[in-house]
Amino acid sequence: MFATFGARSYDSSRMAIAVIESIGQKTNNALAVFGDFWRFSGRTFGWLAFGGLRWKNLRLLLPQMYEVGVRSVPVIAITGAFIGMVMAIETYTQFKTIGQEYRLGSIINLSVVKQIGPVLAAVMLAGRIGGALTAELGTMNVTEQLDAMRVMGADPIRYLVVPRLLACLLLTPMLTIYSDMLGVLGGWLIAVKSLGIPNQPYWFYSAQGVDTWQVMEGIVKSFFFGGAIGLISCYKGFNCGSGASGVGRACTESFVTSFIAIIVLNFFFAQLMKDWYITIYGVRGIFG
Amino acid sequence: MSLIELHHVSKRFGPLVVLNDLSLNIEAGQSLVILGASGSGKSVLLKHIVGLLRPDRGEVWFDGTRIDTLSERQLMPLRRRFGFLFQMGALFDSLTVRENVAFPLREHTQKGSEEIGRLVKQKLAMVGLPDAGPKMPGELSGGQRKRVALARAIALGPEVILYDEPTTGLDPIRSDVINELILKLQRELNVTSIVVTHDMQSAFKVADRMVMLHEGKLIIDGPPAAIRNSDDPIVRRFVAGEANEQELASLE
Repeated sequence: MFATFGARSYDSSRMAIAVIESIGQKTNNALAVFGDFWRFSGRTFGWLAFGGLRWKNLRLLLPQMYEVGVRSVPVIAITGAFIGMVMAIETYTQFKTIGQEYRLGSIINLSVVKQIGPVLAAVMLAGRIGGALTAELGTMNVTEQLDAMRVMGADPIRYLVVPRLLACLLLTPMLTIYSDMLGVLGGWLIAVKSLGIPNQPYWFYSAQGVDTWQVMEGIVKSFFFGGAIGLISCYKGFNCGSGASGVGRACTESFVTSFIAIIVLNFFFAQLMKDWYITIYGVRGIFG
Repeated sequence: MSLIELHHVSKRFGPLVVLNDLSLNIEAGQSLVILGASGSGKSVLLKHIVGLLRPDRGEVWFDGTRIDTLSERQLMPLRRRFGFLFQMGALFDSLTVRENVAFPLREHTQKGSEEIGRLVKQKLAMVGLPDAGPKMPGELSGGQRKRVALARAIALGPEVILYDEPTTGLDPIRSDVINELILKLQRELNVTSIVVTHDMQSAFKVADRMVMLHEGKLIIDGPPAAIRNSDDPIVRRFVAGEANEQELASLE
């Protein structure tokens, strides 16, 4: 009996050790990847600061700006416009029941420029650009093109990552402004032209509810969203597994990680910006 | 002192030991062939020589400088002295053949477009593809891709050219073209050549020294005649291309 008890006790302690070992191993790996990502980011910012704006490097930027910016316009336009339209439809009934439908513009436009516009534009970009960047760099990685570049004495981070990151940093705010504009237009179209809210009070309350700070908040955070998308996508491409399945997995991971980064960054920005706003202007609600 | 020296180099990937306390000296001007079965670590060894991989233990020296401890940025000027022909060519598929060959020239020289254009033509002519300039890599055959990759590898006039399985995937005629090209570059540019291969015909044609890698160690080192006449059963079977009973048993 004692022998059986002893054997069971030995088995359960071995299992416990194996579980702890597995947790330790996973934590260790996660920390190693995290550290490697920041080293990669540090090298990218190093190149950006010391030589990223030389003509030799700037000529690499234009094709990336076309890829990130111009080719994202249709998807951003559709997303932005429909966000505004859906916001108008969803909020109209609620505002009408309390007789405040004239103030609809303030909530639609505030939500569009401050939260939903920048976040959804960034998520769309993470899907469109992030996936494309990871797939392109991942394919270069598995076909040894990155190694070929290193062997020729050219740092692939300077040549490939810096222009892509710069394009994401510069164009995500631009695309967010575009998305905001179409969101505002979409909201106006449904609220005024379809639901019959008069034009003048719609814009009056919109101007009252949304000030420059809130517009800028959305644009500033989109700059950081763009940086996160660019860095994560390039890092995943540079560190993908072998073969087509490795590239495919890296693309999925790239989108999921970018998405989580956007959501987490948005939370911290919301807290930070709210505190600053209250410190500077005091508490202000949309109903005045 | 030799041009390239590896001292007690060990490398493992997870539980797999690829290089095990391996030491090798390579003299300038030599044409060294590294033999070994698939997965024996030949390409890993080649990548250590140029600093693409770092050893877990041991040292790698190039021309009196220890390179395994250098940062990527410190390695850059040294790597310009190497040309590397990758197994599949590793041409940049978004650039034309001309832009691929011009890449190292644009990166590391102050030459104007005309001068670069002239050099690109000259390098492409050296590998027998003078008219391939405007083509995209996707339009080329396997052999042509390797020749363009070789033109790119020699663009900066390297002192050492590393060939990673240069004839793999090519028919015997195309393989012979690549072999002749390796000999031609050896003669005309007076470079040090290090060729990784398991193609024995190619190996005997280009080598003036051969080593064989087996289970992470060098099991033979000598002139081609020494390899051909070796008594070592592993070397003999490899040269003759014969599987042993254990290897054949895995088929059942």
